[in-house]
Amino acid sequence: MQSPGLSISEIVETLTFQSGFNTNVVILGTTLLGFASGIIGVFALLRKRALMTDALSHATLPGIAIAFLAAQSLGFQRRSIPILLIGATISGVIGIVCIQFILRHTRLREDTAIGIILSVFFGAGIVGLSYVQSNAPNNSAGLNAFIYGQAATMSSSDVILMGSIAVIAVLATLLLLKEFTLVCFNDSFAKVDGWPVSIVDLLMMALVVIVTVAGLQAVGLILVVAMLIIPPVSARFWTDRVWKLVLIAGLIGALSAYTGSVISALLPRKPAGAVIVLTSGVFFALSMFLAPSRGVIAASIRLLRIRLRIAGDHVLELSHDLNVSTIPNQAFDELSRIRGWSLPLRWLLLRALKHDDSVVRLSNDGLVLSAKGVARGHRVARNHMLWEQYLVSYADIAPSHVDWSVDQVEHVLSARLVARLEQELAKQGIDIPPATPMKPGGAG
Amino acid sequence: MPPFVHPSESTGTLSSRPEHSSESPLSIHAMTVAYQRKPVLWDVDYDAPPNKLIAIVGPNGAGKSTLIKASLGLIPRASGQVEFWGGSYKQSRARVGYVPQRESVDWDFPVSALDVVAMGRYRRIGWCRPVSRKHKDIALACLDHVGMRDLAHRQISQLSGGQQQRVFLARALAQEADLYFMDEPFAGVDAATERSIIKVLRELKENGKTVIVVHHDLQTVPTYFDEAILLNMRIVASGPVPEVFTEDNLQKTYGGRLTLLSEASEAVARASRGER
Repeated sequence: MQSPGLSISEIVETLTFQSGFNTNVVILGTTLLGFASGIIGVFALLRKRALMTDALSHATLPGIAIAFLAAQSLGFQRRSIPILLIGATISGVIGIVCIQFILRHTRLREDTAIGIILSVFFGAGIVGLSYVQSNAPNNSAGLNAFIYGQAATMSSSDVILMGSIAVIAVLATLLLLKEFTLVCFNDSFAKVDGWPVSIVDLLMMALVVIVTVAGLQAVGLILVVAMLIIPPVSARFWTDRVWKLVLIAGLIGALSAYTGSVISALLPRKPAGAVIVLTSGVFFALSMFLAPSRGVIAASIRLLRIRLRIAGDHVLELSHDLNVSTIPNQAFDELSRIRGWSLPLRWLLLRALKHDDSVVRLSNDGLVLSAKGVARGHRVARNHMLWEQYLVSYADIAPSHVDWSVDQVEHVLSARLVARLEQELAKQGIDIPPATPMKPGGAG
Repeated sequence: MPPFVHPSESTGTLSSRPEHSSESPLSIHAMTVAYQRKPVLWDVDYDAPPNKLIAIVGPNGAGKSTLIKASLGLIPRASGQVEFWGGSYKQSRARVGYVPQRESVDWDFPVSALDVVAMGRYRRIGWCRPVSRKHKDIALACLDHVGMRDLAHRQISQLSGGQQQRVFLARALAQEADLYFMDEPFAGVDAATERSIIKVLRELKENGKTVIVVHHDLQTVPTYFDEAILLNMRIVASGPVPEVFTEDNLQKTYGGRLTLLSEASEAVARASRGER
């Protein structure tokens, strides 16, 4: 067997819908599905129904088996997709109703109820399928595709179906964004306000059912939940507004489905559904790390900045405590040891202090501070003292116990808070040190 | 089932009020509420006087929030009727506003403060229509009213607890109701928020509204409210604060004298679960 060497032209052809009708059908169909499920998934996510969606898709399997048997007994010779999908819908909805029943009449929690129904229905489906396959082995080929998905079997009529579902998803969102958002955010308020919460919920659930059932063939019932959940969760990293969330989730869903199905078309025998889910996983990872304000990297940088600022405060405070404008290396080393600063952190810290113009240069004697650095050290030390005085005289905290909280607070006091502290302490007749630094003496 | 405490004995001033008049914004009649078949409110009778600030007070687990939620139909009633201005809730719900407990929603939800306040306008906007400029301006004015105009476009998770509470209050104002239910609006808020809320409550009263507030701070009841409902699984007393805030009533509400009632609740719950 030859290794499948991929040429650039082959890749470009597939990406631009030029690699044959069947491939185009699959790519277009899954992209439309990805778009629709990304949009609908937003509301499943916001209504905290992610797991419920998984239960729904697993609960479709017995319906597929039963619908197949029913179609056969009605005289259909080949498997009829619409009948199978109707069966899938009915049993999926029965699964959801069972979960609601358990929740209403027992004290079980939702996750428990979902776990039970999901596995029992899936088990029933597997039993049903094996029964079908042992009784009608010739016609039942392809039923397994509903479990793992087989996008390659998509026909042009399926593309029309996916297209209509995408249109429905967009229309429903355009018309009902306000109502969906209200019910997802605060259903009790919505109810008091006179909105039929259960009907709105039913509409949202119906959209989820439609997308799920449509996705069964393409990605299979095990993975279809990923197409509903991963795009909105990834999108959430990039925005704080519902309508943008809908838009970005739709785009991520469409993009991962498109990329995934192109990759699977280029690499033979790689199932499209699984590749699509993996692609959306990549989008999720990228979003999680790279998103500007909610992303992990951005958050770590913010945290590091704060750490560096506080550490810088501590260093500059030394100049006040020692009354010098050049902090001896020895004192800096000692502080680093006490604070447990690692070498990389010390390096970053010195860079930050220089960048900040607090430190002019590093000489053999130590850290040479600028006037700005000296002033900052003085300010921090003064805040420390003010807060300490305040705690001792107002909060009845013993002087020996104030250090920890002072350590936290001195770096975050705003000018307004400092002014109020000054006022309070002045009322008590407590001496307040001047706001401008004393002339540093010593080895300056 | 026969009530444990006859309402006319326990509520004192109630009998002097006209029952179920269309004057009263809220009339509760013989309402019993059960959670998982365990009764938490027994046989509540209450007529709210119009144009008053009314506090619901009582110890933890007394059913304060339950009283509000059951009146509004958010949780089912085991028995009894609730009327709004002498009619059904359906007829008058356009005149009812609601501030739920702050903890009842996910504050990481992707909406801004203004988006939340605009929700108070939704029923006037109606189905399938976007929030128009006019309604947005009203929502902004409501935010301004609680001192939050500058934070209108903040995502709600970036607001402090007190600011979140004020957003909820502004949303209720945007509902332009005549009767308000507020569930613990003062819980865990800063001094600025507390002042802002009490200012809004007084303005609502000046404009002829009625406000029923679940309140947990007994000390501020006499300064903030006209009327009080002392609640502990039943109404111990209700009426003008100076009349109902007697040592005897407070002792009945907060003292340990209600063990019989809670034991009876447990018994009812066990029986309905089929246990002995």
